[in-house]
Amino acid sequence: MRKVFDFHGGVHPLENKHQSVRTAIADAGIPPELVIPLSQHIGAPSNPVVGVGDHVRKGQVIAEALGFVSVPKHAPSSGTILAIEERLIAHPSGHSAPCIVIATDGKDEWAPLPDTRPYESLDKAELLELIRHAGIAGMGGAGFPSAVKLSVKAGITIDTLIINGTECEPYITADDMLMRERSDRIIEGAKILHHLIAPGETVIGVEDNKPEGIAALRKAAEGSGIEIASFPTKYPSGGEKQLIEILTGKQVPSGGLPSDVGVVCQNLGSAVAIYEAVVEGKPLISRITTVTGEAVNEPQNFEVLIGTPVSYLLQKAGYEPSKNDRLIMGGPMMGVTVRDPSVPVVKTTNCLLAPTPQELPVPPPAQACIRCGMCAEACPASLLPQQLFWFAQGKEFEKLEHHNLFDCIECGACSYACPSSIPLVQYYRASKADILHQRKEQEKAEHARLRFETRQQRLEQAEADKEAKRAARKKAAEARAKSAVDDGNGEDPIQAAIARAQAKKAAQQGGGNESEQEKLEKTVVAARKRLDTASKKLEEAKVDGSDLVDALQSGVDKTRAKLDAAEKALAALGEAHAAVAPESEPTDAAQAAIQRAMAAREAEAALSPAEEAKADLEKLEQRLEKTRSKLAQSQASAGEEKVIEALTSTVQRLEQKVEAAQQALSETS
Amino acid sequence: MALMRLSSPHAHGPASTQRVMLKVLVATVPGILILTWFFGYGTLVNILFGSVIALAFEALALKLRGRPIGFYLSDLSALVTAFLLCIALPPYSPWWLIATGMASAILLAKHFYGGLGYNPFNPAMVGYVILLISFPVQMTSWAAPRGLAATPGFLESVQACFLPATFDGITMATPLDVLKQNSSLLIEDLWSQNPLFGRWGGLGWEWVNIAFLAGGLWLIQQRVFTWHAPIAMLATLTLLSALFYDGGSSASGGSPLFHLLSGATMFGAFFIITDPVSSAVSLRGRLIYGALIGALIYIIRVRGNYPDAVAFAVLIMNFAAPFIDYYTQPRTYGHSKRGEQ
Ligand code: SF4
Ligand code: SF4
Repeated sequence: MRKVFDFHGGVHPLENKHQSVRTAIADAGIPPELVIPLSQHIGAPSNPVVGVGDHVRKGQVIAEALGFVSVPKHAPSSGTILAIEERLIAHPSGHSAPCIVIATDGKDEWAPLPDTRPYESLDKAELLELIRHAGIAGMGGAGFPSAVKLSVKAGITIDTLIINGTECEPYITADDMLMRERSDRIIEGAKILHHLIAPGETVIGVEDNKPEGIAALRKAAEGSGIEIASFPTKYPSGGEKQLIEILTGKQVPSGGLPSDVGVVCQNLGSAVAIYEAVVEGKPLISRITTVTGEAVNEPQNFEVLIGTPVSYLLQKAGYEPSKNDRLIMGGPMMGVTVRDPSVPVVKTTNCLLAPTPQELPVPPPAQACIRCGMCAEACPASLLPQQLFWFAQGKEFEKLEHHNLFDCIECGACSYACPSSIPLVQYYRASKADILHQRKEQEKAEHARLRFETRQQRLEQAEADKEAKRAARKKAAEARAKSAVDDGNGEDPIQAAIARAQAKKAAQQGGGNESEQEKLEKTVVAARKRLDTASKKLEEAKVDGSDLVDALQSGVDKTRAKLDAAEKALAALGEAHAAVAPESEPTDAAQAAIQRAMAAREAEAALSPAEEAKADLEKLEQRLEKTRSKLAQSQASAGEEKVIEALTSTVQRLEQKVEAAQQALSETS
Repeated sequence: MALMRLSSPHAHGPASTQRVMLKVLVATVPGILILTWFFGYGTLVNILFGSVIALAFEALALKLRGRPIGFYLSDLSALVTAFLLCIALPPYSPWWLIATGMASAILLAKHFYGGLGYNPFNPAMVGYVILLISFPVQMTSWAAPRGLAATPGFLESVQACFLPATFDGITMATPLDVLKQNSSLLIEDLWSQNPLFGRWGGLGWEWVNIAFLAGGLWLIQQRVFTWHAPIAMLATLTLLSALFYDGGSSASGGSPLFHLLSGATMFGAFFIITDPVSSAVSLRGRLIYGALIGALIYIIRVRGNYPDAVAFAVLIMNFAAPFIDYYTQPRTYGHSKRGEQ
């Protein structure tokens, strides 16, 4: 017998399992319409590959996986695609999501199944691909894609592979019935998983309230080396973390993965699905769902096609809507209420619970917390729910995090135990959402700040560049003017003006091009770098099967797109540049201007202070002269008042300057 | 029926605050019966009158605070406070003493702080200590036990409550007083010479304590509270009294058994320090909380000025409870150290 460990806390709600195990698993049949949500699991939704009006056959892929943490969807039966549209799905907030709707034709015609090979001859990658392709996602709980969970990071040894057959939620018997009726498939699936993971041991964990199931499993497992471990019934022993503690005595580090303590977990239903995918080549298109509660006349388990409307399934079990005021998808501890029975059964729908109001009464209004600590005694995560409640009421997010709110698995044991019937879990969910929202806002703000800062920097840089250019131009112009004066004859002023203008244009163009090109080059380099790190991270994440894979994948895609765009732009710019280059006149002109400027500067440097002063004076006098003549001209031609005014003031200013220059000259000489 | 939206969990356990409070009330019954047997109807009358007053004050406070009166009265917490305070009061207390005590407990200690769940101090003990300080004479005169004096009848007891001036009861020092004042006799001689002492503790008191112990054990079995605080308190008291027993000399602080079965030991251990609102919450915290109360009780009993010490010890530790909680956070699943990642 295996040594099993206890975990802290836990509660013993009424099991209510006997109602739904009296008859064998029934076939729910083919509903007239199947609604397949594109996202039934954690991770990216899948991408439809069929169009409205297409005929599909059973098992045919109708939506393919997008990204690593995503699984394809298959047609659960043959028929015609009726629509691809938003439909209501079962979700805590009761919202709708994109779904593929199939009008079934009742023929249930299979698409050709792929050839299968004995699993022993398949390597890890091939097996994972088969599992992924069959659309298998965790069939209890959050519905994490199985292939991701099974991709263990290289170099990590797995001591224990755990198949979770605990089914600790009251009322649900889907796994129990699987064990009783299909234990061979479970064991075969477990063998495939064993082959895939190559762990030290493979254990199927079952609560001791399912003796028939345990016996059936033990019989099927004979000689396979797979161990069946049973342990005392206590909610929530089926929580992954709790089950790991029960079977290994180890705790998964906060924020870590089971593989950190050498464990991989799979759901019992997933093991069967894996068997069917690998051995029979069948994708996951149906599951076992318990339909129970006092508002159904024949509580039992059904084999249901994914996408079957809840209302259809309920009716098969003799549902009496008049007796029912609360329809729960899942169990009474963690299930989600459904307000519209048209929502479809999905891969994670292990139970439909239709209780009467007497059976599961609405909790009385919450009373004051008397700090009795019963919640803390019940909490499997060893939290202090009453403190969390206190902080949640006060919206003290920091304290909530300090008290490890995020280690709460929302099992509901605390609310169950609370004598004041305080809806504790509701507070925690809201607080978690608030904190995540706040974090996101903070990140956004940080992002915006960074963006602002880089922009600011860029603007400053541009400003500085402009300033420098302006200074250079000014100097060049001055020098040119000077050299013209010095040379005495100088160039033809018109020619010079044209050359100047050209030079300016060239400088601007060249400068502009250059900075743009530089920018693009920088972008390309940065994007490449980012892509590299992101890809690396993605690889790592893929290997450890982290839930980040998806986010990373989309990040990588985006970066790649950016990089492409930048590269293209860069290439285009280069071409444009090349096209401009042949008619190199402007460039030459600019070159000449620069040379001239340099020459002028040299000449200037050669002048003595007196000569310099003299040159200045001359220059000023010349300008004065010119301005005066202009002024006279415009006065004569009765030019615009404004122009005359401006010219007058310039003349005055120049006169002052000439005076100052004369004085300076007299001082130097 | 229209389907409603509710958040999980949808199942709820059988525990309810009323039920918890009701169990506490039921568990006090053996102790009350024994008290009545040995000391007469005084305590019973205290409780009857005190309950009425407490409910009235509670209703008044709820009305003033604009809360639904029926809903909050039905949590029975006011009745529990009334029972506990009235058990602690000397039998045959006059009505004004009881009323003052209830006002202090319900209005001051409970509703001024925001009502049930928000009171940092045990309301019954706040009421008790305020009375003890304000009316030391009335609060320290305890009725003589059956066997040493005749116990008054029921009508006489009612008279004692409402017409205190006309009542002339026989009061005596309690065994704890006698032991504290003793400086000349060996414990053995004290026991044989003073009729106030019974087989193990005070005459009558030993049975009162045993009755409250029984009630307390039943509450633990009913999972109303955990064993941690009471057992830690009793263990500490036993340890200290054994340590300073001094072989039963005249300077002895009294034997462990005497301490366990005298005064309000068991009543305090199972009915006062287990008040969830004002005590430490985590299990380790409760161990510390209980142990420190045990130590304080011993010190105050042997060294302090007041004969019994439960009320003071509890109020002092009420102060400390939040700090104890802060430092005894349990280690969360998947974290290596308490309170850390
Ligand atoms: S169980 Fe309820 S009343 Fe008791 S401490 Fe927890 S939250 Fe408060
Ligand atoms: S819901 Fe969270 S706080 Fe409550 S018992 Fe479960 S893990 Fe603990």
